[in-house]
Amino acid sequence: MVFQYPMITVQACLDGILLGILFALIAYGMALQWGVMNIINIAQGDLVILGGYIAYFMYLYGIHPAWGVIVSPIIMYFVGIGIYKLVINKVVDRDLFISILATFGISILFMQLMNFAFGADVVLANSGYGTTFLFDSNVVLPNSKIFSAFVSIVFAICLVIYMKKSKLGRAIRATAQNARAAKILGVDTEKVYAATFGINAALCGVAGALISITFTIHPYMGLPYTIRSFMIVIVAGLGNLPGVALSGMGLGVFEEFADYILGTEFRIGSVFLLLVLILVYRRFKLSKKREYLK
Amino acid sequence: MKIKNIIITFVSAIALLLSTSVVSFAKVVGDKIILGAAVSLTGKYSSNGVHTQNGYNMAVERINSMGGIKVGGKTYKFDIIYYDDESNPKRAAQLAERLISQDGVEFMLGPYSSGLTKAMAPVTEKYGVPMVEANGASRSLFTKGYKYLFAVLAPANLYLDVAIRTAVELNGGKGVKIAQAFEQDAFSQDVRLGILDAAKDTGSEIIIDDKLPKELNDMAATLVKVKQMKPDVLVVSGHTKGALTAIRQISEMKVDVPMLAMTHCDAAKLSKQHGKNSQYALCASQWHKTLTYKDKWFKDGMTYDADFTKAFGYAPPYQAAESSAALLVFKDAFERANSFDQKKVRDALAATDMQTFYGNIKFAPGGQNVSKPMVLFQVMCDSAGKCENKVVAPLKWASAELIHPIPKWSER
Repeated sequence: MVFQYPMITVQACLDGILLGILFALIAYGMALQWGVMNIINIAQGDLVILGGYIAYFMYLYGIHPAWGVIVSPIIMYFVGIGIYKLVINKVVDRDLFISILATFGISILFMQLMNFAFGADVVLANSGYGTTFLFDSNVVLPNSKIFSAFVSIVFAICLVIYMKKSKLGRAIRATAQNARAAKILGVDTEKVYAATFGINAALCGVAGALISITFTIHPYMGLPYTIRSFMIVIVAGLGNLPGVALSGMGLGVFEEFADYILGTEFRIGSVFLLLVLILVYRRFKLSKKREYLK
Repeated sequence: MKIKNIIITFVSAIALLLSTSVVSFAKVVGDKIILGAAVSLTGKYSSNGVHTQNGYNMAVERINSMGGIKVGGKTYKFDIIYYDDESNPKRAAQLAERLISQDGVEFMLGPYSSGLTKAMAPVTEKYGVPMVEANGASRSLFTKGYKYLFAVLAPANLYLDVAIRTAVELNGGKGVKIAQAFEQDAFSQDVRLGILDAAKDTGSEIIIDDKLPKELNDMAATLVKVKQMKPDVLVVSGHTKGALTAIRQISEMKVDVPMLAMTHCDAAKLSKQHGKNSQYALCASQWHKTLTYKDKWFKDGMTYDADFTKAFGYAPPYQAAESSAALLVFKDAFERANSFDQKKVRDALAATDMQTFYGNIKFAPGGQNVSKPMVLFQVMCDSAGKCENKVVAPLKWASAELIHPIPKWSER
């Protein structure tokens, strides 16, 4: 079909890139706190959905959901700090397995709480943004998707600048490099950890608000976002923002093409398959290196 | 330390003994017929689980206040023991077991969804407990040879059958090109099988056949194919997420298709969430308030709608109406059996042939209701943007004329 209708290729690429930029934003949050705190946050997707609900509720009260992009991260920042103070600070120095268990627990708790508070209905916020037609209207791009990608890029750029220029940003980077050394040099790592988790939650909040505008939200829809961001981080490596952005877009395009070529039913499956392949490839590469060192 | 352990063991042994021996207050206590039900009050089906429970409660209240059930010259009233199955099939099966073997329930009402009904049916079957269910439509429930399972609703494969037949009829009896996208769950796949049958029958061709993932919230790829291949009918079934996602992306991507047929539109509150964008969508429904079926308890659909809205503060979706109908079926069967013997009640259920406000009910040997057709309604909006669902097929029940083909986006 891709060959029969060449415009589908263009459409798939553009759809994939726009989608991928949004994924990359979530993945960047994950990479950040993974790098700094060595925690794999299984509850990442649930934070995204919670952020989406904030935008949705603004929409219900007659405020344009695009404002959620500003409000949601502010609220989510404090939610993130709260989670850190309650749970994460107790597992931050423990091994990875404990932190996975802890965040898995948070994920289940969040799902159930959201279900309890907001109900199990699928909801969405209508932005009322129109559609962009390209190539004699053979390629259509909903403006909400373009808006999402644009906002994601703006937030990513702001974050990069913040990490480079601000005091806290430098402290975060120092802690990521060597927490012990940073501590000795006077960095309050506890504060850095809390801020990192807060920033991650805020990024999830932005992404959630964008998802409520472009797709739908539902208390149990978080996991695919966790998996995609995990996947992107695995491919790109930690602390590598251009890598995260690129692998995000790559994953988006890959998903779209998998959908056209293999069929919609293999879309998520192909992401998992790719994840396994990449992990195996990495391991293979590592083991080769090990022999070399011998 | 040792003594403490012994005491703890002793106390817990006694507690365990007590908890298992309190049991078995029988199915009929005094003047009450006690039914058991596990419904989803939490978890992903909780909205529809609550509709189910409200439907049951509405009917219990109505039947009790209108004289109850007469068996053997004595008048009885309905009472229901509820448990929350957490939208989890495993839990539903456990609760069925508990309702029967601990609470001593001898008659059951169904849970919400095909998946949970599938989990409970083997248990009720094992104990020979008659179960009247109102929310499990999957075809596979009715092909297993269950003797004690009765469903008041039409099976899933008939949901969108009428849409395809209508499209063929409008095409002058010639086959049509069908694009379909279905979620990969028991219910939607049964709807799909129904479409395949209808396509074969009418000589129609299926040109797109996508299976959507459970986490479905993006079907842009399917819609791009639809845009390029221009089918006559687009059929989507993926519960509320499918309906909402489809309308959002069809309106954003301006996909023109002459007929769009879906399931779960009213559960998704389509016209409320999407307003005018949902206009012209055809939706399969088990029931609609304007249908003119009648009974003595709820009178008719309009009255049911008004009474339910008064009692619960929202208009009843069909999930509530069919749940209420399940109680009417039980009452009728108890009175005809004139006994509480499970076997006799089962036989009476099998011989059911009645009209309720929800529709005619008569069970096939498999347990499904074969005398009530599905209806199709179309979302129609006035110029002020207020949208309403109007029944358009089958013609006998139609309250408005089908708008076909759907006007192009550029002309709206």
